[in-house]
Amino acid sequence: MTRRIPYLLALAFSFAMAVPVAAALEPERERALGNLLVHDCGSCHGTRLRGGLGPPLTPDRMRHLPRDWIVDAILDGRRGTAMPPWRALLTPEDAAWLARSLQSGVVE
Amino acid sequence: MSAHRSLSWLFTLGLLATLPVAFAGGIRGTGDLGLVIERTTGSVRILETSGNRFLARVEGLGDLSHASVVYSRDQRYAYVFGRDGGLTRVDMLEARVDRRVVQAGNSIGGAISQDGSLVAVSNYEPGGVRVFDAATLEPVADLPATFGDGRRSKVVGLVDAPGNRFVFSLWEAGEIRVADLSDRANIVVTRYEGIGVNPYDALVTPDGRYYIAGLFGEPGLAVLDLWHPGEGVRRILSDYGPGDEPLPVYKMPHLEGWAVAGGRAFVPAVGAHELLVVDLESWDPVARIPLQGQPVFAIARPDGRHVWVNFALPDNDRVQVIDTESLAVVSELEPGPGVLHMEFEPRGEEVWLSVRDENRVLVYDTDSLAVLTELEAATPSGIFFTARAHRTGL
Repeated sequence: MTRRIPYLLALAFSFAMAVPVAAALEPERERALGNLLVHDCGSCHGTRLRGGLGPPLTPDRMRHLPRDWIVDAILDGRRGTAMPPWRALLTPEDAAWLARSLQSGVVE
Repeated sequence: MSAHRSLSWLFTLGLLATLPVAFAGGIRGTGDLGLVIERTTGSVRILETSGNRFLARVEGLGDLSHASVVYSRDQRYAYVFGRDGGLTRVDMLEARVDRRVVQAGNSIGGAISQDGSLVAVSNYEPGGVRVFDAATLEPVADLPATFGDGRRSKVVGLVDAPGNRFVFSLWEAGEIRVADLSDRANIVVTRYEGIGVNPYDALVTPDGRYYIAGLFGEPGLAVLDLWHPGEGVRRILSDYGPGDEPLPVYKMPHLEGWAVAGGRAFVPAVGAHELLVVDLESWDPVARIPLQGQPVFAIARPDGRHVWVNFALPDNDRVQVIDTESLAVVSELEPGPGVLHMEFEPRGEEVWLSVRDENRVLVYDTDSLAVLTELEAATPSGIFFTARAHRTGL
């Protein structure tokens, strides 16, 4: 029993460390988000993100927008447009990863 | 073996290499052929419903992230409309790109005229419709979707209608337009303004009489009677909104002529887990059928007995089957993640279904609901059979 305590402490400490650095996602989650970006965002913005019913999400456009603004648009949608709020399916960390990917042009 | 015979063998082999589909098994017809779009690789698979197999792959069709297909009346050529404005004529027998033009920057779909001589494409950028000669793909007409102070609107819901007319809707402008191309030298476009906020797609009934546009920006549908176009557009189901708290719409529903069965239209609700049923005689609502998710396609089996429905995220791994007599869900399938499209064989005994995230196309028996065939394809999306050639609005 006593031998477990250091382990639990270490575990608690690692959680405490992990939360502030929350931007790091599991590789599997990143793959799922990449797939979502191409196919599901792509159903309105084009799988190459060059636009469709929704505007193009190419890095040259996305770099001019504050990252927080993009995160908000993903999580809460854009009033008066067809952009839906994704909060029911995505966490703020997911949205931040997507915003970073869009700005750095990871997808094409 | 004589030299003569060896030469004829070589000749035959040469034919086989250049004409893979047409002559690999002798002369053949095209009535049991079709295409599956491979959306991320810009390619299509030519399929055969008699053998439930793929015959060939054709590449080089550009960005097919949103693609649709119509067929020439001889069912030899497929016209593939790509996202990037590409219009590609594919030879189904020779399994190759016959002609290709990039006619706009961003497109959503197209249609072929009643007489088969014209192909029209609906464009987002620049907003409008462009019409091409079906044989040569030479431009015939440019119909910009200009409205208000001169802006251009994205065009959706383009269909063919009797009288060599094309009918389409304008997303930003909230308009329906009818282009009459019965006389190429004197094209007449009629505008119907104020039909509702943000029409997102439309269908024409299989008889070519009613054009029905779905609205994204407000509840209801806009209907134009093409037998009496002078009577203008009427609004139906305006009370059939998603309620006070509409659900997020992760994928725009699609409307197609095959949502019509037994004198009723089965229309996906926007922002609700429902299928709306409307009577095409009285235009009265018949029912709202509760579903498991937000519907994308509602497609009637050709005999009209069942309607199959697929869904937007997060329910896009399943399909529900509705009985058109009882208006109840009678079966539920889980084909896998990313069910994007369903296409019934012309007499309805089998249905092909694309499962994008598993890179599979499944063929189901529509009676037993057993999977008959599994085929591998790269991120398959739309499935289009040549039988569409002889259907108005498809």
